[in-house]
Amino acid sequence: MTGSVQGRLRRASAAAGRTPAADGTVLGIVMLVHTAFDRAEQVIRFWARGGCPVVVHVDRVVPRRAHDAFVLRLRDLPGVSFSRRHRCEWGTWGIVAATLASCEAMLARHPEVGHVLLASGSCLPLRPVAELRAYLAERPGTDFIESATTADVPWTVGGLSEERFTLHFPFAWRRQRRLFDRWVAIQRRLGLRRAIPDGIVPHMGSQWWCLTRATLAAILTDPDRPRFDRYFRRVWIPDESYFQTLARRHTARIESRSLTLSKFDWQGKPHVFYDDHLPLLRRSDCFVARKIWPHAEGLYQAFLSETGHGLPREPNPSKIDRVFAKAVERRTRGRPGLWMQSRFPREGWGGPPTAGPYSVFEGFAELFEDWEEWLARATGARVHGHLFAPGRVEWEGRGPTFAGALPDNPRWRDHNAQMFLRNLVWNTRGERQCFQFGPRDSQLLSWDFAKDPNAQIAVISGAWIVPLFRDPPPDLRAEAARLQRIESDHLAALRSPHAKARIRIWTLAEFLENPAEALQSALDDMVPARAAATAPRPRLASLPRLADLTGLGAFLQGLKNAGMHPYLMGDLPPDPPQAGGAAPSAAAPPGRRPYLVR
Amino acid sequence: MRWWHSYRMRLRRKRYRLRAIVRRRDLQAVADRTRAIRRSDILVLTCLRNEAVRLPWFLRYYREMGVNHFLVVDNGSTDGGREMLAEEPDVSLWTTGASYRAARYGVDWLNGLAMRHGLGHWCLTVDPDELLVYPFCDTRPLRALTDWLDASGIKSFGAMLLDMYPKGPIGAQPYRPGQDPLEIAPWFDPGNYSIYRNPRYGNLWIQGGPRARVFFADEPWRAPALNKIPLVRWDRTTAYASSTHMLLPRGLNLVFDEWGGEKTSGLLLHTKFLHVFGTRAEEEARRGEHYRAGAEYRAYAEGGVASTDLWTPWSERYINWRQLEILGLMSKGNWA
Repeated sequence: MTGSVQGRLRRASAAAGRTPAADGTVLGIVMLVHTAFDRAEQVIRFWARGGCPVVVHVDRVVPRRAHDAFVLRLRDLPGVSFSRRHRCEWGTWGIVAATLASCEAMLARHPEVGHVLLASGSCLPLRPVAELRAYLAERPGTDFIESATTADVPWTVGGLSEERFTLHFPFAWRRQRRLFDRWVAIQRRLGLRRAIPDGIVPHMGSQWWCLTRATLAAILTDPDRPRFDRYFRRVWIPDESYFQTLARRHTARIESRSLTLSKFDWQGKPHVFYDDHLPLLRRSDCFVARKIWPHAEGLYQAFLSETGHGLPREPNPSKIDRVFAKAVERRTRGRPGLWMQSRFPREGWGGPPTAGPYSVFEGFAELFEDWEEWLARATGARVHGHLFAPGRVEWEGRGPTFAGALPDNPRWRDHNAQMFLRNLVWNTRGERQCFQFGPRDSQLLSWDFAKDPNAQIAVISGAWIVPLFRDPPPDLRAEAARLQRIESDHLAALRSPHAKARIRIWTLAEFLENPAEALQSALDDMVPARAAATAPRPRLASLPRLADLTGLGAFLQGLKNAGMHPYLMGDLPPDPPQAGGAAPSAAAPPGRRPYLVR
Repeated sequence: MRWWHSYRMRLRRKRYRLRAIVRRRDLQAVADRTRAIRRSDILVLTCLRNEAVRLPWFLRYYREMGVNHFLVVDNGSTDGGREMLAEEPDVSLWTTGASYRAARYGVDWLNGLAMRHGLGHWCLTVDPDELLVYPFCDTRPLRALTDWLDASGIKSFGAMLLDMYPKGPIGAQPYRPGQDPLEIAPWFDPGNYSIYRNPRYGNLWIQGGPRARVFFADEPWRAPALNKIPLVRWDRTTAYASSTHMLLPRGLNLVFDEWGGEKTSGLLLHTKFLHVFGTRAEEEARRGEHYRAGAEYRAYAEGGVASTDLWTPWSERYINWRQLEILGLMSKGNWA
């Protein structure tokens, strides 16, 4: 049945008047089909309408019935014929054998053909045939085939690049993966290597090409072809290297690029085009694209009726490249700092745990009376209170919810404190968050802050004593000891070799020696190191109001006398840094102090 | 001890499948049109009780998405929903008066139906108030997604529950049958989700959104789970372990990337909070047929749910899937 259909078709095509194109170039299409026959038929009709002879290869795994029905449906087209069927399994010789058989048929049946384009059933022509023919006519004798040596390209998937050509691959990767891998390992272990035949240098590239009759005929009739065929039969994915290698041997002029737009994802699987890619494909000005989703009705309708603008345009797939490159990036690297249902990196993977820089101030709110308002004014950042306070989350303005609808409930926060912080930073991307932290707060994230390169942490150690000093609780000694122990643990985290945050620690005494300078350096840290050289730094126009510390030295001495040893504050003079207390706001007009002079 | 754990999981999976077969006897066919299911059809499986008001939109939504057949278990509806469904040409309907709780909250029934009718199909298991959103769902039918998943060798697709709510008291705006529920409840929490990994099943345990924020903030461990894997290519080993939150074998739960990348994922817009919810919460709290004897519903009923306002100034109004993608609630992953 098939034979008779084919015979009829062959005779028909031989008899049919060949209509050499007006511009002299006849383009022959070799099409490999294995599924979606209705779409293949549509495309074949498109090529035939454009005056292109088509030789179709149908995969041998397609049942006889489906194949015959397909052949019958196309019998009204004189220029369309079918070639001998091979089994086309991915990555094996079958695809090359099918292509060779179809090309032989093409050259034998259609002597007028000047170029042959290899396409698949899921390739879609994006521009009228006449434009493609004109394009080829302007570049006579040129072979369009992507072809590069293995040393030059990073495309290969699965770690087999040069080894494709030097190992034996008798097993199918898809079906016999275990045998395939085992056999590769054995060959590597034993150092088995195949000799590459004389006269060729292995090249590889896209499977889809457009060759001139001269080059193709030279490949098919090469006296050494049996030798090459024998060699490529055991090369891995020979359809990406057979023609790419042999074209180099015979070509007059190679353009190492494919006229078929075809993009691969990170696993080496072709990207698929859908209806919503229509504008993108149209602007690309490519001639053929694959792979098209068979149900993308809109694409088939739009492009198979395309009349073109007639203007010669160079294919420009860069926009599509960008879209797909972004998809690969999203799949492999993702959005840093995003934790969600389909991105949940293991410890240490996926970059910093938060989406952007944020600042943690420890002890400042205790020491300065109007710290939060002042900081917000000085930096323009979003300044919260103690986000990890035991009683509630102290959002800016002390509202019940904040960005992302994060509530102020401390139990919900502590239920998953890591996610609370990640959510906060993610939800406020583009705006810097500052918040207060101290030993009175929930310490769940003590280490997370320290290890997060996005954190900027400024600590005045021992400043928690100030509220105790101003309003001593009944169990003062125990409370002071508790807070000191907690802060000391926290400081150990900040000083550990695992700490990656930008950390600055002053003791209370150090800080009080020169508050303005310390503040300036804390604010300088908020500018990322990279930008620090150029970006304008926040400058201190005024200083926050320091709490009245008169008597603090004596208070500390009292604690010492009672047997508790407060050491995190540093050595405060027994009678207080009175000067420091009153000075900064009044006696330090900005711009006059030496360290503020520009 | 890994082999021991694997072995126990295997036994558990067999037990669930066995239960599914036994529980299938609860079901009485009302309209069995499963012979019309073709080999490549996409199936929706759902278990419901007194959801007549939601059904018109539910059917329309998934039909437009390209679902070919609905397999429905009706757990003793008294509101005319059963009669309505029995008339639909693409619905196969079973009914049962048996205990929802004894059937592990309907999972056994749906596992049983999927085992019998879903083998080799993409099965989408959703409740009538869950509307699936996936990348490009406005331009590509569900089959585009399942074809792509097939080509990528992926067998399960994750879609977190996103609780949608109205602005103002939940009971304020009445919902008409056939209306898009998102017209009334278009708001959601854009960034308040807690995620832990479940070491036993390998899935993520996600909580948050308005329910955790308003009803469970003081007892966060009891807040309902939002992680779901509703779309699965069913084969002869598959079984849902607990609702559609997790699957066995455990490999199917790996719908997230562990090395920093993003896998493709969608969302189930959960339109639970319509005015019908108030009476529903009271009834379910009384019946005690739901998870933890309806503790969740008791919390709602105690919270005086009909007058509760879940809205905050930080709530986000739903526009389309791209908005959800930008907010980081779902991801295109590698699909472009």
